[in-house]
Amino acid sequence: MTSEMRRRSPDELLREYQAEETAAASGQLKVFLGYASGVGKSFRMLDEARRRRERGADVVVGAIQTKVPPEVEALLGKLDVIPLQSVADRSLIDVEALLRRRPGVCVIDGLAYDNPPGAPRQHRWQDVQLLLDAGIHVIASINIQYIAELRDQVEAITGKRVQETVPVSFVRNASDIEIVDAPPEEPLERSVEQQVDAERRARQLSRLRELALVLAADVVDHQLTEYLERHGIHQQFRTQERILVCVTPRANIHEMMETALTIAERFHAELIVAYVHQPNLAEEDRVALEERLTIARTAGAHVELLEGDDPAEVLLRFARSRGVTQIFVGHSQRVGLKARILGNPIDRLIGSATGMDVRVFPQ
Amino acid sequence: MSPGKLKIFMGYAAGVGKTYKMLEEAHALKADGVDVVVGYFEPHGRKDTIAKTTDLEMIPRRKIEYRGTVFEEMDTPAILSRRPQVCAVDEFPHTNIPGAERAKRWEDVQVLLDAGIDVLTTMNIQHLESLNDQVWHITGIRVRETIPDWVVQRADEVVMMDLTPQALLNRLERGVVYAREKAEQARKNFFREQILVALRELALRQAAHEVEHRLENENTSPEEVPGRRHKILMLVTADPESVMLIRRAKRMGDFMAAECFAVAMQSSTGQDKIEKHLNFARNLHIETRLLEGEDVVSTLLDFARLNQITQIFLARSKVGVSWFRVPSQDLAQSIVRFAKDMQIVIVSQAQPTFDSPAK
Repeated sequence: MTSEMRRRSPDELLREYQAEETAAASGQLKVFLGYASGVGKSFRMLDEARRRRERGADVVVGAIQTKVPPEVEALLGKLDVIPLQSVADRSLIDVEALLRRRPGVCVIDGLAYDNPPGAPRQHRWQDVQLLLDAGIHVIASINIQYIAELRDQVEAITGKRVQETVPVSFVRNASDIEIVDAPPEEPLERSVEQQVDAERRARQLSRLRELALVLAADVVDHQLTEYLERHGIHQQFRTQERILVCVTPRANIHEMMETALTIAERFHAELIVAYVHQPNLAEEDRVALEERLTIARTAGAHVELLEGDDPAEVLLRFARSRGVTQIFVGHSQRVGLKARILGNPIDRLIGSATGMDVRVFPQ
Repeated sequence: MSPGKLKIFMGYAAGVGKTYKMLEEAHALKADGVDVVVGYFEPHGRKDTIAKTTDLEMIPRRKIEYRGTVFEEMDTPAILSRRPQVCAVDEFPHTNIPGAERAKRWEDVQVLLDAGIDVLTTMNIQHLESLNDQVWHITGIRVRETIPDWVVQRADEVVMMDLTPQALLNRLERGVVYAREKAEQARKNFFREQILVALRELALRQAAHEVEHRLENENTSPEEVPGRRHKILMLVTADPESVMLIRRAKRMGDFMAAECFAVAMQSSTGQDKIEKHLNFARNLHIETRLLEGEDVVSTLLDFARLNQITQIFLARSKVGVSWFRVPSQDLAQSIVRFAKDMQIVIVSQAQPTFDSPAK
């Protein structure tokens, strides 16, 4: 058994207790994530609502699209609906009515909508937060296009910039997320121009679908980490690739970063750059190191400074603590006195990096 | 005749709704006037799913006797002579009983596709070959029924069947997934919450990769794919770690769109194991070569340079197995020392996080 069930400190126990208390008092949010309209989010959401009602929950619908397909209409017929309010052609959920009605579960379609000007809160997701704080469980839906932090990426794909968004943290903190995945419809053969247009649209949808799947995976990863922490389990599941690039004064930083960025992009991996502080570095080495760190930072990497006497051990300990799956090092050509006594740090890293790939770069 | 299209409903555990969804799609196609049959269906005693098969044409299973017991397999010849437009086939990774024409159900599916029949099928992420070691690491279970990645890559569509682990555990609790005894057993294997969460994450990431992979194949010429200039060489030995090395290196290669070669040194000992490992590599569509030479390091590096290899993958095996063998750690270090013109990746297996479940 390699999983470590260790005793938790009083502080940790208190935090766990408080977290549980808060979770018990406030409503739980379940989000259905899609990447386009028409993939079936509304159906899945209302189907879930129906199931919960069958199990005895008091369910109401707080927001639903005005135009729904027949199968959604059928589900909707069986549920209580608190109608949306309408102000200046825009709709907002009737928070007051919902709080008065106090259902166990509330269905909110279109999480990303903005409220009309002058409404108590600017965004619909803020209204939802209020419902959650009041202890009402919420089932909601959102399309990937409307996640605030992904706005640039979405714009690069679709050419359109959305105005109404929800912060990713709101989705990340949901108790549950489910992705509604369905491949884009095959373009029907029409005129050549229509065909080209349909194919372009299908590619855009595939890109959005990929984004949605990755976001869902990240949320699930977050949940996994929290679950393990909550249960005091100290282990790494290596479900996500994590790359650690170790920078030294002579590292071939260009090749290392290029490879790291390619792998990070391909695996949707996390990229970490680190260096071990060396107090007595010669001036030229210090300059060389600084240059390399600048290159890494320019490439968008977050740089960690590590301290300790034994670089190989420091790096390994750090890598383990962060669940690193691939560690990148430069091959040092110099064999100094220290290396001759202790052994070459690269050799020692290779020797003790169990459960990780060590990628050695020529310098 | 153009080959049939393959659509895979991918899940992360039994009971997430893959078969249900597949049958739902079969119904939708039938309603559109498409000629659909069910080639194989595994009821698992699930009422809702069984109800979904009514009004669908089922091809009866074929009975095969093996060691005095009669087993039932998909009747591929019967499906071929029936010639539907679309065939639904449950449990893609299934291993056929010895005596069947083909060892694996995915091979039967290939035959249907080759005959121009579209196939809908179901599988769980834990059966993907390249994730076998990771799944072992997470669950402590060595999954034996695997599907090579290239089979999944060739599918026209991979759809993720998502459900929260909590909802799945509720289903298990209510007896929807398995009968009580089997449910109890399942709770000791895959059906532990953290394991389900981890497998779900793996499935989501794989589904994202499958989408990206299809986009690339559609849009770009091979030269434009970043990483294409990479060529991967893996050094296969008689050590059991070679299997893990092959999976890992191939997965890296697939994701980086790099070409992969597997080589081994001709040797007097362990040749049967080496051949077995090279065969495993070939089954994953990796080109293999047996090298001859006195010195491992120089033979390997000569071959690598001649073939413009950019990355060499080696397994980090347990050191000091026996005193007369060159410990592979030393081998790795020697290669690192002499290969100044390429990247060297030393791959190491993470041990299971849990004890293996009681059998």
